[in-house]
Amino acid sequence: MVSRKNLGKIRGFSLQFLPFNEIRNLDSSERIKKILDIILGNNILIIQGKLEPEEETRLIGDTMAMIRHVKNFRGIELAVISGNRGNIFQKARQNIANAISGGDLGAITIIGPATIVKEIKKNPRKIELLLNK
Amino acid sequence: MKYPLTDYLKSSGKNQNDRGIITCLVEFKKYKIKPINKVDISLKTQNFNKPSTQRHNMVIKIFKNFFKKIFNSMFREKKNIKLGFYGPPNSGKTSLANRICKDFTGEEMGTVSKIPHETRNVQFKEKVDITYKEKTLTFKMIDTPGIATKIDYEDFLKFRMKKKDAKARAKEATQGVIESIKWLDDMDVVVIVLDATENPYNQVNITIIGNLVARKIPVLIVANKIDLRKANIKKIESAFPEYDVVGISARYGKNMEEFYESIFKLAKKV
Repeated sequence: MVSRKNLGKIRGFSLQFLPFNEIRNLDSSERIKKILDIILGNNILIIQGKLEPEEETRLIGDTMAMIRHVKNFRGIELAVISGNRGNIFQKARQNIANAISGGDLGAITIIGPATIVKEIKKNPRKIELLLNK
Repeated sequence: MKYPLTDYLKSSGKNQNDRGIITCLVEFKKYKIKPINKVDISLKTQNFNKPSTQRHNMVIKIFKNFFKKIFNSMFREKKNIKLGFYGPPNSGKTSLANRICKDFTGEEMGTVSKIPHETRNVQFKEKVDITYKEKTLTFKMIDTPGIATKIDYEDFLKFRMKKKDAKARAKEATQGVIESIKWLDDMDVVVIVLDATENPYNQVNITIIGNLVARKIPVLIVANKIDLRKANIKKIESAFPEYDVVGISARYGKNMEEFYESIFKLAKKV
């Protein structure tokens, strides 16, 4: 378990990369627990792939519950950039590839604690991370 | 085809062709043969001897389902269609709900404010009859708190709020988000209200839409605040090309006719 003592005090932060293999076999609760543990350690998390929509809402819900219970925690910033764009054939090909690999490996999810990440500006092709001073 | 093997073997003694067929089937393994034992005990109760009973049951089942569907569709038309308003904070969900209620009931639904998270509880308005081109549909309107991934009480201090009040507001707002998410399962149709002056690629919008699609709930996207100079409907349309986008101004009641038309189209999908 990561220490939550220094949460909110920005003396630096680290970027942590989570390959899809690490979460492929976890159920939704375990995935969210793992993500929140990393975030609460003042890390910005980059995940290969993306969560299911239900997992994203669950993550938001759990985050809201934690704001009330964890001191200095103000929530998260979350963004997903996905390669699943293009014409109908490209999308179909992508869907088949996703079905084989068990997830959208072409996508990248960025999650950071709101105390560090001020804003994530996103358009379909890029993500800009704006950090707090 | 199910057939008692004992009977078949008995008859095969008399008929050369039958014996030939069964030998071919066994040798070439083209079909699976399932021997059914103890047919002498309760021949009357075996289904294979009563194909007409099976057919009869199937016809009854088809008729039952047919009438059930008709009954359900009649019942559904009479009940209220649950219309949910979802979106990020301060996008104008309550303003739109108020506009609709004012147009058709003369009463407002909730208070609006420039300070985000003004709606912190799910609010309802039962039996709102919306009329468009002489047709009327009855809705149960459900206005939900804005969904956000972060809530900082310090953001409320910018609006000259006292620290104590700001903290209380933040606490209630977090509960409101949780409540909004819980209500996703109970909607028949959902209007996603987006601020047309803001970036539509916000992950919260994508998450809400993704959840509604997964639950097979019909969605209409509303680009609100089109009266403002910074509003950009095209950006919202290009962000969500698979959905209908209607530009309105809930505050000034601009383009509400097109909105009601879209709502009626949406209700047909229920």
